[in-house]
Amino acid sequence: MTTTMGPTTTTSALGGVVRRKEDPALIQGYGKFTDDIKRTGEVSVAFTRSPFAHARINSIDTDAAKAMRGVHAVYTIEDVRHLGLLLAQVPVGALRPLLADGMVNHVGEAVAMVVADNRYLAQDAADAVIVDYDPLEAVIDLKDALSDRMKVHDSLDSNLLISWVGPFGAEPEAQQQVKADIDAAKERDDTVTVSQEMVNQRLIPVAIEPRAVVADYNKGYGALTVFSSSQIPHALAGALGKTLGLLSNQVRVVAPEVGGGFGCKLNVYNDEVLVSWASMQLGRPVRWTETRREAANSTIQGRGWIGTATVVGTRDGEIIGYQLEGIADMGAYTQNFTVAIPFLGLFVGSGQYKMPTYWKVDCVTTHTNTTDAYRGAGRPEAAYYLERIIDMFAREIGMDPAEVRRKNYIPNDQFPGAVSPVGFAMDTGDYATNLDALLAAADYTGLLAERDRARAEGRYLGVGLATYVEVCGFAPAGLAELGFSWSEYGLPSSFSGSGLVRVNPDGTATVQIGTGPSGQGHETTWAQIVSDRLAIPVEHVKVRHGDTGDSPMGVGTFGSRSAAVDGTATYEASDRVRQKAAKMAAHLLEASEDDVVFANGGAHVAGSPDSSVTWAEIANIAYMPHKLPEGMEGGLEASVVFNPSNATWPFGSHIAVVEVDPETGNVDLLRYITMDDCGNLINPMIVAGQVHGGIAQGVGQALFEEALYDEAGNLLTGTLIDYPIPTAADLPSFELGHTTTPTDVNPMGVKGVGEAGTIGSAQTIVNAVVDALAPLGVRHIDMPLRPRKVWQAIQEARS
Amino acid sequence: MYPRPFEYVAPKTLDEALAVLDQTEDAKVLSGGMSLLGLMKLRLLSPGTLVDIGRIPGLDQIEDRGDHIAIGAGVTHGTTAVHPLTTEHATALAQAASWTGDVQVRNRGTTCGSLAHADTAADQPAGAIACGATMVARSSGGEREIPSADFFVDTLTSALAPNEILVEVRIPKGGGGSAYDKLGRRGGHSDYAVAGAAAWVRRDNGTIGDARIGLTGVGTAPSLAAGSTEAIIGTDGSPEAIAAAAARAVEGVTVLEDLYGSEDYKRHLATVYVARALEQALARA
Repeated sequence: MTTTMGPTTTTSALGGVVRRKEDPALIQGYGKFTDDIKRTGEVSVAFTRSPFAHARINSIDTDAAKAMRGVHAVYTIEDVRHLGLLLAQVPVGALRPLLADGMVNHVGEAVAMVVADNRYLAQDAADAVIVDYDPLEAVIDLKDALSDRMKVHDSLDSNLLISWVGPFGAEPEAQQQVKADIDAAKERDDTVTVSQEMVNQRLIPVAIEPRAVVADYNKGYGALTVFSSSQIPHALAGALGKTLGLLSNQVRVVAPEVGGGFGCKLNVYNDEVLVSWASMQLGRPVRWTETRREAANSTIQGRGWIGTATVVGTRDGEIIGYQLEGIADMGAYTQNFTVAIPFLGLFVGSGQYKMPTYWKVDCVTTHTNTTDAYRGAGRPEAAYYLERIIDMFAREIGMDPAEVRRKNYIPNDQFPGAVSPVGFAMDTGDYATNLDALLAAADYTGLLAERDRARAEGRYLGVGLATYVEVCGFAPAGLAELGFSWSEYGLPSSFSGSGLVRVNPDGTATVQIGTGPSGQGHETTWAQIVSDRLAIPVEHVKVRHGDTGDSPMGVGTFGSRSAAVDGTATYEASDRVRQKAAKMAAHLLEASEDDVVFANGGAHVAGSPDSSVTWAEIANIAYMPHKLPEGMEGGLEASVVFNPSNATWPFGSHIAVVEVDPETGNVDLLRYITMDDCGNLINPMIVAGQVHGGIAQGVGQALFEEALYDEAGNLLTGTLIDYPIPTAADLPSFELGHTTTPTDVNPMGVKGVGEAGTIGSAQTIVNAVVDALAPLGVRHIDMPLRPRKVWQAIQEARS
Repeated sequence: MYPRPFEYVAPKTLDEALAVLDQTEDAKVLSGGMSLLGLMKLRLLSPGTLVDIGRIPGLDQIEDRGDHIAIGAGVTHGTTAVHPLTTEHATALAQAASWTGDVQVRNRGTTCGSLAHADTAADQPAGAIACGATMVARSSGGEREIPSADFFVDTLTSALAPNEILVEVRIPKGGGGSAYDKLGRRGGHSDYAVAGAAAWVRRDNGTIGDARIGLTGVGTAPSLAAGSTEAIIGTDGSPEAIAAAAARAVEGVTVLEDLYGSEDYKRHLATVYVARALEQALARA
C-alpha cells in the first residue's frame, strides 16, 4: 500500500510509472559494457599480487616473465614511481603506491604488472614473476591496531588516522561535556542503562559486472581515451590527467553500461592509472578486467566497524542520552573517501531522535584491503548501532519498541531545518506519521499477536522494527572544504549538479548529464523530468551520460545524489529552454509570450488549443535564425549547474518478520514491510527497484555476507563460493509503502532513495531475530546471522 | 579466473574418450564443467587435457532397466530433479538434484559429474548413497561396479581410476521411500550444504526391513551413516527410534569444522538432518 502525505507535484510525467528506457537493450544483450568494447591491436594486463598481508619485498625477478611468448612488458614500481602515489580525495593516512614499493601491506596488493597478447598469457606471465618476500606480522584486529602495539606503516605516527566526534562542530570541551552529562545520568536512581558491543562486519560490494578498463592513447592526437566501469568518469579523467601529465581535455573517459557499483566504482584505482600509462608507453590499446578474486581483494570493501553503543533512559521510555564509541577499519591504504566514510555515519549518528548524543569513531589502518563507500557508506553502520541499542533499551524497560521510538523523535515543529543532536541541520521530516503509517500497513498489533500465538505453540517468530534517517544528495558545495570535491584529482569542482538540455531541429530533446549511472535508470527518470517541463514525449527524450567528451562537468553517481542534485539541474535547464522557446512560439502564434502554454508535444495559446505549434515547428525557426524576429538568439539549449542549499534527509521505518528454527539456527525471512519517505517520487517503479535492491543488500549483511580475515590477514571469503550473496530466491516479496514529505531544497521536492533500503534493513532483521529468541534469553547476535552463530547463541542462552 | 593452458578433445564415442584417457597423462573428464572449470579458473587444478564427453550421443538418458533405473553420464541435475523415474525410484536423489546450484547450474551440470567430483558439501552424493546407487565405471579394459558407499573416498576424491569414466549410476527399484533434507549456506535449502542427510527406508510387515542413510557436509567426503542405518533397521520407525538412530549419525565419521560450522555444530546438524530425512522418508515408505 502507499500512503501519501503532504503536497505532491505529480503530473503525467513526474510521478508516473514509466518503463525503463534502458531495459530493452539490456535484456536483449545489446548493452555494451567495458569488456564488450574491443580496440584494434589491443593487449591485456594481469597483475602479480601479494599473497601476504604484510611483508618486505627483497627482490622482484621479472626475467622469466619477460621472456615468455606474447609478453610485451612487465612493470614494477621502478617503472612508475615517478608518477607518484595513487591520488585520494581525502588524503588522510598512507596513500597507495601504484605498485608495491618495497613492502606489501595487504593480501592482493599489486606488485607487478604484465602486458601480453591476451589475458591468458598475461596471467601465466604474472604467475612467473618471482617475488622474494620476508613475511612480517600483520595487524588485523581493530583494537590491536588502535593500541599501536605495532604500526601498520612506519611512515605514520600512529595507526589511528582520524577520530570523528559528535556533536560535530562543537569545541572538544563541549563534546566532552555531552559525554559527561550522559555518564552522570547513568548513575541516577531513576534511569536504566543498556550497553552492547557490536560488530558491523566488513563486506565485499560484489557488483554483477566486475571492474574493467580499456585505455587507448593516440600519440598523433595527444589524446587518451579510457573506457572504465566507473561511477565517476569525470573524476577519473581529472586524476588521469593530473597523474599522467595531460590536460583535462586531452583525456576522455567513457563509462559505458555499468553493471552495478554500490560505491566500489566510486574510486580512482591504480589499475586505471597503470593501464592508461601502459597504453601511452606501448602506443597501443591496453585492457584489464578484474577477476572475482581481484574484486574481493583489490577493489574496495565496505563497513568493518566494532563499537559499543549505550543508551541511558528512564523507565517510561525517555532516552536521556546515547553514546557510540567505535573503531572503523580503513584497511592498509587510503583511497578516494576512505576516512570520510565514518564521517557520513556521524551525519546521522543520532538518527531521528532528539536525545543528547556523544558519538566517536576512531579510524584505524590495518593490513587489509582498503575500505571505502559501499551502499549507505557509514550511514548503515551508524543506524545499525543506534537502532539495535534502542531496541535493547525498549526490551529492558518492557516498552513497545515503536512507542519508545515515537516518544524520542524530533518533533514536527522543528522542521524544516531541525538541527540534530550530532550537529547537522536537516531539511524536512515527519517521523511519527511515517512510523504510524508503517504500523498500520503492517498491522503491527496483529503481527505481535501472531508472534505470541506462535510462541505459545513453541515456534520462534520474531517481529523486528527499525527506523532511520539518512542524508544524501550531498550539498551544499561548501562541503568541498571538508574534502567532498574532486579538487585532489586536479578538477576543482564540488558536489553540484549539471544538466544540459537541447531541443533538436526535429523537436526531440537530448539531455547530457554529468552522472555515472550503474543501473539507476537515469535515461528514464531524466526523460520524465524533461518531458514534464517541456511536454515532449518521454520516448523523444534521449539522455546521454558517462562520457566526459560530451557531457557537462559532472560529479558522478553515488550517495543517492543524482536525482536531487543533477536531476534538478536538468529540471532548471529545461525551464530555461522552455522560456526561450516560449518567445519563439509566441512569435509563430502571434500571441503574447505570457499566453503560451506547453502541452502535448508543442505549444499553444492558453484557452485556444487549436492555435498551436509543434516542437519541430519551434525548432525550425530556432535553427534557422533568419526566421526569428530581429534580436532573438537562435538555438534551443541551456546548461545549468545546481547547488542546493542542503543535502536531503530521507527517512523511513521497516518491519521484518522472521522465524528461527531453534534446532538449526536457520533464519527464515517471512515478510519485509517498508514505509520510506523520499519526498516526491519521479518514477515509483524505479524507486521500488532501488528499495528492493537496497533491502537485498541489507539482508545480505544481516544474514550471509562477511569479508572474513584470519589473524595472518588472509581473506577467507575471497570467492563467491565462500561469500554468499542473496538472490531473489532467498527473499520474500517486499511490501513497500511511502509517506511523502517533500524536501525544500529542490523544486521537485525529491530526496534520494538509492541507499535507503540498505540503511534501514540490517538492524531490522537482527531486531526481528533477537525478538524471536528473546524467550530463550538471547540479547544480541553479531552479523552475519548465519545458522551456526544463531544456534551458538541459543546454546549459550540456554546454558 | 583464467586457467593455465590445457589441451581439449571432444571425442564422438565413449571408446574414443577412453582411449584418450589411456594415452594422456594428467587428463580430466569434462561433462557440465560446473565444478571443474571453476577450480581450473582459480588455478587450483590444472589438468593437461580435458576430455569433453558432452558431444558423445546417448549419455543423457535415464532408462528403466526393470529392476533398476540407470542415469547416464550426461543427465543434468535439472533432469534428475524432475524425471518420473528418479522422482519415483530415487526421490532423495531427485530432491538433492533440485537443490543443487541454481537453474543455470542445474541445466548444465550433470548428476554423474557431481558424484565423480565427490564434494562433501554437494547434495547428490548423500542421495545416491541412501538410494543404494551403484556406480558404473568404464575404462578401455571394461566396466566395474562400485557401491556408492565405497565410491566417495576422501576430500574431492572418488574411487574412479584416472582412466575411468563414470558412465552411469544405477538405482535399484527397492520400493520404500526416500528423502533428502539439508541446511544450505544461505539458509533453508539454498546454496551448498552446511550439512544434510538423505534416507531411504522400506517397511516390511510394520517394521523397517531395510534402510540406508547418507550424510553430506559433515566429514571429508559424503558417507554412509552406518550407525544410524543399523539403528533404524528393525525398529517401528517411532519418534524414539528415529531419535536413537539420529544420535548415532556421525559414528565412524571424522567431523570437520569449516567456515559454516564448528565440529559440535556439524555433529548436531547431522543428528537433526538424519532425523528429518528419516521422518520424511518414512512418510513416503
